[in-house]
Amino acid sequence: MMLIREFEVRCAQAYQQAKIGGFCHLYIGQEAAAVGTLNAVNPDDPVVLAYRDHGHALARGMDPGACMAEMYGKATGCAKGKGGSMHMFDRPHWLFGGHGIVGAQTPLGAGLAFAARYEWEVLGRSLENPGVPAGSPPRRKVCLCYLGDGALNQGALHEAMNLAGLYSLPVIYIVENNGYSMGTSIDRGTTMAHDLMAKANAYGIEGRAIDGFDILALYDEFKPLVDLCRQKQVPAFVDLKTYRYQGHSMSDPQKYRTKDEVEAWKAKDSIDRFAHHLMSERTGSDGRPVLSEQRFSEIQDDVRTRVRAAVEFAEASPVPDLSELYADVMVNPHPGMSPSGTYVTGAPNPLLR
Amino acid sequence: MTQTAREIQFREALREAMSEEMRRDDRVFLMGEEVAQYNGAYKVSQGMLDEFGPKRIIDSPISENGFAGLAVGAAMYGLRPIIEFMSWSFSLVAADQILNNVPKMLYMSGGQWGCPVVFRGNDGAGGQLGSTHSWCVEGLYSNVPGVKIAIPSNPYDAKGLLKTAIRDDDPVFFLESERMLGDKGHVPAEEYTVPFGEAALRRQGDACTLVSFGRPVNFCLEAADELRKTGIEVDVLDMRTIRPLDIESIIRSVRKTGRVVVVDQCWPFASVASEVITQVCERGFDYLDHQPLRVNTEDVPTPYAKNLEYAYLPNKEKIVAAVRRTLA
Ligand SMILES: Cc1ncc(C[n+]2csc(CCOP(=O)(O)OP(=O)(O)O)c2C)c(N)n1
Ligand SMILES: [Mg+2]
Repeated sequence: MMLIREFEVRCAQAYQQAKIGGFCHLYIGQEAAAVGTLNAVNPDDPVVLAYRDHGHALARGMDPGACMAEMYGKATGCAKGKGGSMHMFDRPHWLFGGHGIVGAQTPLGAGLAFAARYEWEVLGRSLENPGVPAGSPPRRKVCLCYLGDGALNQGALHEAMNLAGLYSLPVIYIVENNGYSMGTSIDRGTTMAHDLMAKANAYGIEGRAIDGFDILALYDEFKPLVDLCRQKQVPAFVDLKTYRYQGHSMSDPQKYRTKDEVEAWKAKDSIDRFAHHLMSERTGSDGRPVLSEQRFSEIQDDVRTRVRAAVEFAEASPVPDLSELYADVMVNPHPGMSPSGTYVTGAPNPLLR
Repeated sequence: MTQTAREIQFREALREAMSEEMRRDDRVFLMGEEVAQYNGAYKVSQGMLDEFGPKRIIDSPISENGFAGLAVGAAMYGLRPIIEFMSWSFSLVAADQILNNVPKMLYMSGGQWGCPVVFRGNDGAGGQLGSTHSWCVEGLYSNVPGVKIAIPSNPYDAKGLLKTAIRDDDPVFFLESERMLGDKGHVPAEEYTVPFGEAALRRQGDACTLVSFGRPVNFCLEAADELRKTGIEVDVLDMRTIRPLDIESIIRSVRKTGRVVVVDQCWPFASVASEVITQVCERGFDYLDHQPLRVNTEDVPTPYAKNLEYAYLPNKEKIVAAVRRTLA
């Protein structure tokens, strides 16, 4: 969580210095949501995200340098500088991308779960998964598919939930309910905002409302749901209550909410709360808190060092070679595909080297 | 075996291609509306449920955006989905998945994940289906980089191209025509595939080059037969795939004939015909003895009335007239 926060603070700075272009959506405030949920699944469980995706990528294990370099538009980025902030893909970590179109990733979540189910049910063998050679005995997976509350109003989600319910697909739709889609508060855009379970229940999907600001409670409630979905191979839906401290993207005057509201959430900050818990409430066998002041500041230093290294790596990395423009369009490029150039096979992705 | 030894329908050729590929690769599955229990809205998948079972021949609800996106996820994970659109007209509600996700996944993931899905179904005017059900999507969709587009004109190519499509690591849009599903043609019993990007020369002649793809190739053949009666012999090139486009074969023919007419069943403005003619001008302008012409559908929504629909579509008469214009 601390790594994500520090990373996002440095992203904001880099954005202000015009080192990062395009849209950039920060995750500050929501850190516990990604960390608490992603730690409840296995490395070979597929994960797919919306566009507010840096935090999940880091929590899933993406190299912070590759994440930052992607935003810098550098050749060493996770998508070789062709994706940007909204498209964090990491094959070795079975992270099937951040997706920029609101709701577009939700049918993909159903498809990843469909394939994971097909793997054990039809193939009876594992496809090539991270750390698992093709042909191994298959394992039962659960797909985590993240979305914002704004995606509740997209048809794609409703089609996807119907398919997931119909085919009994092991996918968990995690609504990171931060109360706003850009400047629209959830009750201005979504019916039944006070009881989102009703939407899932309509598709025969079980749901839970979970406090996304309390990492321990979040994990404790979420983990049994993962186990259930894995074991029974069924979908689930989570209304994860959270809050973003920054604007929607880097250009947001935030007229739609009060300073008091933001301060009230900050007062419950998930990192502060967890640190406080470890430094005063939870004690070890020696009767002392499990986290000392000194250890906490060491973690802070370590996080700063790692993020600084990521920024330096991004700064020092080369921009993509112009030959990359026509690379990665097709896996199997035939001649005659394009009148303006010849598609080629690109440099290997840095994450796959 | 003689050429006529084994004749099957276009729909049977499609079914054979899918069934053979499903037998050789258990990652391949078929999903779409009415493909399983109903045996296919147009009986293309008849009997496949019996052979492959409900886990591989899967009826979907009427959720094109949902199941197209499901296929994207499944393909990224490592499966080989075949998605049947009852009609490509209905693919418009899946536009976000098939145009935003499918063609761009490899690029925006920096080469980490491609999207090997085959989307197939009826394209173009059926019989009096009116404006919303008569889409020719090749004009729109061929504008988008990242997909291959195959469009057979006969059962032999339908089978061979579909097998190539299913084996390809890239996404393929496979365009069939309801009007041709009952057409019979020679399809050998032996295994074969038809490669992408290789046009077939269906008729030979020096007078003019007719370029077409999909169902209108058959109108071109009718026109060629008609023209032959008056001593005019034309080349008829069946492109078989739009992307890749075998522009080399077109240029080779134009070099010989000096004339070209492109016959295309989508609207004229920014159509595949526009693209072919542009490329001919870019690559073979000096060979031309007459400006290139195109025969598209008329630039109006598809009408219902039988006579209007006929007048709207490319047909033999329009093609003959266009060829004669290039010779005048
Ligand atoms: C289909 C579509 N429409 C509009 C947008 C522009 N847009 C980007 S983010 C956003 C708000 C989404 O809010 P939410 O889903 O709650 O996610 P959050 O930003 O809160 O993480 C909008 C309208 C888009 N990307 N895609
Ligand atoms: Mg939101």
